[in-house]
Amino acid sequence: MLNFLQRLGRSTRTSFAKLGRGTLFLVCTLAGITYVLPRPGLLLKQMYSVGVLTFLIVTISGLFVGMVLGLQGFNILSDFGSEEALGIMVAASLVRELGPVVSALLFAGRAGSALTAEIGLMKATEQLSGMEMMAVDPIKRIISPRFYAGFLSMPLLAALFSTIGILGGHLVGVGLLGVDDGSYWSQMQANLDFYDDIVNGAIKSVVFGFAATWIALFEGYDAIPTSEGVSRSTTRTVVNSAFAILGLDFILTALMFGDN
Amino acid sequence: MQHTHTQDTLVGLFVASGFAGLFFLALQVSNLSSYSNNDNTYKVTARFANSGGLKIKSQVSVAGVRIGRVTAIRLDKQSYESIVEMSIESQFDNLPDDTSASIYTAGLLGEQYVNLEPGGSMDYLKDGGQIEITQAAIVLEEMIGKYLFQKAEEDKEEK
Repeated sequence: MLNFLQRLGRSTRTSFAKLGRGTLFLVCTLAGITYVLPRPGLLLKQMYSVGVLTFLIVTISGLFVGMVLGLQGFNILSDFGSEEALGIMVAASLVRELGPVVSALLFAGRAGSALTAEIGLMKATEQLSGMEMMAVDPIKRIISPRFYAGFLSMPLLAALFSTIGILGGHLVGVGLLGVDDGSYWSQMQANLDFYDDIVNGAIKSVVFGFAATWIALFEGYDAIPTSEGVSRSTTRTVVNSAFAILGLDFILTALMFGDN
Repeated sequence: MQHTHTQDTLVGLFVASGFAGLFFLALQVSNLSSYSNNDNTYKVTARFANSGGLKIKSQVSVAGVRIGRVTAIRLDKQSYESIVEMSIESQFDNLPDDTSASIYTAGLLGEQYVNLEPGGSMDYLKDGGQIEITQAAIVLEEMIGKYLFQKAEEDKEEK
């Protein structure tokens, strides 16, 4: 019993210590903007590895998610004789929920894990300490550009996911199942609001991008500098990002869409 | 990883396609384009005995053409009537002041909207004006109830 209490106390203390380190790390990373802004090359290179390389998986998944929504939505809506509502069903579920959430999960899996592994290995091979010896702050030089690249890429990826998904739903619904083209778009335009739906979806994706990139970078920076430690950090990145994204999604949805 | 020109181009393409996606969502998917002349509206109110399932942003139409939206629905504390405030696009500034307003339902189970029936007066409704002639929303349960009651009365008389 005493042993259990001891372990509970220790794990509470270590997790609070980790949260504290993570917050300090975040503050230093955010402050690194003064270093990144005069050096856009650093940011561009990270935009490539974080954004462009995630582009393919996000667009292909978006296409298939949209096509599945079109198919499933058609089957359900045709029972009620309201196939014309397919457009609004596909668009609302993509723009409000699936776009930001699924693209953030894919982002954490594709880009986040790569960031953690890269930084963890840099730490294990003492590249970060080497930089410090040369009076280069590794947080400013290595972490900050990656953070801002992830933070900027995520909303773009989510918007692409929703767009491709809506086109995929159109492909299946209008192209294959014969829903009217005009009502697919007009129902969507009549019922989706720019501020309530599109902007709130974009805010969600910004928050998820912030959280997922922060977790990935911090897990890499905080990794135990061994091959086992790096592998464990990479796993933790994916698991914790998924928890953070889904938990934040619930909170944000309750805040944004709760009052109507 | 070496920094190259191809990378720059790919990042540029990525950012451009992301923004293209955002624009697509804003213009094609949402109703932003119909907000374009949002500022050029004038407000008109109408009192209904019952505004039914009317909601904020419901359509206001004349002869089936949308000319504005419902912006507020309040309850008048004294008369227990529903005050519906509508904003109407200012290009339709020639609604006569004896226009009548009724709440209809689009389709059997569709959304409710305000239909305006222009009258014959030479004076036009102005900003802040009030529509006097109104017809309340038809509540389906009430109608069924009345019908059943009427039917029962008729049966009684026949006996």
